[in-house]
Amino acid sequence: MMHPSSSRARAIAAPAPVAIPVGALLPWAVFGLLLSVLMLYFVGAEQGAVSLISGHEVHEFVHDGRHLLGFPCH
Amino acid sequence: MMAAICWASPATKEQGFFLMIAGRLLARGMIAGCLAAALAFVFARFFGEPQVALAIAFEAARSAAEGAAPEHEMISRSVQASYGLATATVLYGAGFGGLFALVFSFAYGRLSFQSPRVLALLLAVAGFVTVVLVPDLKYPPNPPAVGNPATLALRTETYFVMIALSICVAAIACLIGQKVAQMRDAWTGWLCGGAVFVLLVALVQFGLPDVNEVPDGFPAVVLWRFRESALGMQAVLWGSMGLIFGALATPVLMGRAQKF
Repeated sequence: MMHPSSSRARAIAAPAPVAIPVGALLPWAVFGLLLSVLMLYFVGAEQGAVSLISGHEVHEFVHDGRHLLGFPCH
Repeated sequence: MMAAICWASPATKEQGFFLMIAGRLLARGMIAGCLAAALAFVFARFFGEPQVALAIAFEAARSAAEGAAPEHEMISRSVQASYGLATATVLYGAGFGGLFALVFSFAYGRLSFQSPRVLALLLAVAGFVTVVLVPDLKYPPNPPAVGNPATLALRTETYFVMIALSICVAAIACLIGQKVAQMRDAWTGWLCGGAVFVLLVALVQFGLPDVNEVPDGFPAVVLWRFRESALGMQAVLWGSMGLIFGALATPVLMGRAQKF
């Protein structure tokens, strides 16, 4: 349970939030976007419609996840 | 409380300070995604896997009736249903956790929500609707045995196009809603944004090609239960990701975080 006085103090100490400027966001956005898309690609599409690595091991390993997460699998 | 982002003294407005905040939020987004994925995995293991097993049994019975040799298992079913499913879900959670954190970092302070927790939960609901629900209404998740391998490339393409268009539509609806909210009031803004979203989603879904590849005799109840559990798994993932990220982001934004 939160102490009443501490919650009041927080309410006073939290005026309108300040936006993070786009310039500070951009490098992380590029890095995060690349990393995330790569991860989602291997779960969702590798060795299915497109194939960077030959064989079926990646497809077979993530098979159930690909079906249940909604990607077309085969 | 020296570094509290909300105080924004000239010193704290420096680029380096915000760069650090954005990086911390991204890392915490990915962690929140991984934790949420663990919960989604448990859900999928109990509700999704039985339906996958039933669908594979149907597939095996069908190929046996056609006199085909049973499919060679490269990776055993038990590995696919445990480590494979867990890996796929965690990768998916970390991926969308990162993207979610980036959207949150941009929206925080730009949309009219004071509390990071409220904003995180709201964005998670919006993310679930945009990235999962709307695309899945047009192209629902399919169990094994449903879907013609010959059309896989087309289905993958249209599925990703559907997700991309859904995100565009959500962004447009959000911009229009915010403009109206500034001109009139918040209620009218939400109504207009929602109406634009529904209208554009209907147009996009009407325009994209239909897929109907359920084989004859496939049990309807298995198909329905599978799709139910697939959506349930995503609801668990996005819902808990929003809640966990809200809890992890608050100390960063209030300047109370010790490390990363």
